[in-house]
Amino acid sequence: MQSQSHNFIGRARKGLADVDLQTALARFQTGFTVKRAEAAAKLPEFEALRDEAVEIKDHSLEHLDFYLDHFATKVEEGGGEVHWCVTPEDARQKVLQICQAAGARSATKSKSMIGEEIALNPFLEENNIAPIETDLGEYIVQLAEEYPSHIIAPAVHKTKDQVSDLFYKHHKDKGAGKRLDGVEELVTEARGMLREKFIAADVGITGANFLVAETGTTAIVTNEGNGDLTQILPRVHIVLATLEKVVPTLEDMTTILRVLARTATGQEFSTYTTLSTGPKRAGELDGPEAFHVILLDNGRSKLLGSEYREILRCIKCGACMNHCPVYGSIGGHAYGWVYPGPMGAVLTPNLVGLKEGRHLPNASTFCGRCEAVCPVRIPLPGLMRKLREEEFEAKLLPPRYRLSLGLWAWMARHPRLYHLAAGFGRRALNMLSRRQGRLTKVPFAVGWTVGRDMPAPEGGSFQAQWRRKGGRT
Amino acid sequence: MSPDMSNSGNDNRARIMADVRRGLGRGELSGEVKARLQARLQGSKNNLIPARADRPHDEQVKLFIEMAEGVQASVARVGGAGDVPGAVADYLAQNNLTSDIVMAPDATLDAYPWAERPLLHLERRKAVGADRVSITAAEMAFAETGTLMLTSDTARPSTLNFLPDSHVVILRADQITGAYEEGWKHLRAQGGQGTQGSEDGFMPRTVNLVTGPSRTGDIEQTMQLGAHGPRRLHIIIVEK
Repeated sequence: MQSQSHNFIGRARKGLADVDLQTALARFQTGFTVKRAEAAAKLPEFEALRDEAVEIKDHSLEHLDFYLDHFATKVEEGGGEVHWCVTPEDARQKVLQICQAAGARSATKSKSMIGEEIALNPFLEENNIAPIETDLGEYIVQLAEEYPSHIIAPAVHKTKDQVSDLFYKHHKDKGAGKRLDGVEELVTEARGMLREKFIAADVGITGANFLVAETGTTAIVTNEGNGDLTQILPRVHIVLATLEKVVPTLEDMTTILRVLARTATGQEFSTYTTLSTGPKRAGELDGPEAFHVILLDNGRSKLLGSEYREILRCIKCGACMNHCPVYGSIGGHAYGWVYPGPMGAVLTPNLVGLKEGRHLPNASTFCGRCEAVCPVRIPLPGLMRKLREEEFEAKLLPPRYRLSLGLWAWMARHPRLYHLAAGFGRRALNMLSRRQGRLTKVPFAVGWTVGRDMPAPEGGSFQAQWRRKGGRT
Repeated sequence: MSPDMSNSGNDNRARIMADVRRGLGRGELSGEVKARLQARLQGSKNNLIPARADRPHDEQVKLFIEMAEGVQASVARVGGAGDVPGAVADYLAQNNLTSDIVMAPDATLDAYPWAERPLLHLERRKAVGADRVSITAAEMAFAETGTLMLTSDTARPSTLNFLPDSHVVILRADQITGAYEEGWKHLRAQGGQGTQGSEDGFMPRTVNLVTGPSRTGDIEQTMQLGAHGPRRLHIIIVEK
């Protein structure tokens, strides 16, 4: 997918002004966070399981060559095929080749962020193969000709009214009578529309939450059951996965599963966890005749050797964005590429380049909630800070920012001057506030005060107070 | 498409392996480390298992029911094999469902006296799009989260678990255990049908861990049952 991350600031501004988006986000911000907290509280071992999940992912990454090799060998022993792909183009071509060999006219898809990363849908369309998104949220964004704004809730930016309009527009010629209002009716209509497509599809494409090295198994986690219909009805099952999805054993997968759903949606366990091992066996009545795993690198091996390796622990649960005040204000599309929110702010610059993605690590208040809830304890603020440093070192900031940061750094190294200037600033702001305790306008920062007042400084600087109290709190 | 497509897969395997090792800042692992990792793979060692489901069996059954009902599955307990067809008929009647049923051609389901309920019209096959009600047998169940383990084989087509609107699962009480790990242990011990071309492959083609009926929260995070899979999941637990 073509990145628009360079235009983050413009897109964020647009998101803030979008009334429908703001309505949808207001609802979103309380749902997942409360449910996650409740699910975590119900399991006394939750924190210990997070620690083990970290160990398992670190161990897997440290021995990635061994486990990938073992996984691929097991898939092949079981009658499946593994296709090693370096670039998105490699992966697209391989998928197309498999589809064409199967004489496919349509391919059902269950949610896969790798599918978005390699921009598979437009490519298949160009080649006369109709891609059909089957996850309800993905189906909604496909009808809207958009892309997911959240990695587990793709249509979280849409209100029910918008979905009603979309369904009416796209379904009215297909036997649907009227514009529907209720969530139940909308879900039922989508179920009906997609049912025949599931049955007609020649190829089914899923992602993978895990690749199990021990058995050559791929695993997906869903609530709808669409991932299952996608893989057991068509003749060919293609799995899209990146290298870092591999874990050693079924037991290792199980440990991570115990934190995945609880962190993502607050469920104790997702409705369907499905393990797929090879094509259907001799004599079986259903299941795919062919099983292909597309194993994509696209920058992961390079990340292994970088300061950002920890982002490869990510299990794509979405908790960091659920808990991010910035994501919650601007929505996922502002980030301009596949992965939004804090994990996207680390992954995107690494995958599309710092020049293109440099705004994203700055889109954080460093409040730390993302790191606090990350099931595999990725130090997201720390990694974003590193990217900010890189951005400064690489001189990617406009001169105005560089100059002010440079000036501030110089002042910070001259404490006496710093205190003098800070004292002057404090008194000036206090005067400007006319002793009201707040400022409705601040010179050089008008943008900041458009939507809120700034509290006026009072009672001297922190350091002055510290001195006065003799270092006691 | 590049002309050397047929070869590119293998070339890429070597290249990606080299890139991964470069990223890790090392060469190929030593034989000693590989042996250690191999042993880890074969050891099937448990990680931390939550204490929640570590309790006597009858308590596990209770927990299983509580958890399954908590995710909108319905559960009925019957005393013996002879009661199963009646329990199915009752469930269908209570929910106003058709008695045209598609049932797995699974020998373990022959243990129940279906002939005593001639009004239940049973077809033993895989599911197709128009089927409304299916019956399958569970392989195991986990009290931890009220989860069923359903496995595929020649007599257990997976389509039965997903296409019909209503899915009835027959589970013997002695198949209920505590944690998911018991399921992996069971599959390994069973050895299984063997994957194509592999003697030691114990994994069935499809293992479904099912926790409640299908659902979605994709429209304004309002939970709605019956997204693509079954709208109703009914579990009949057979005591003896």
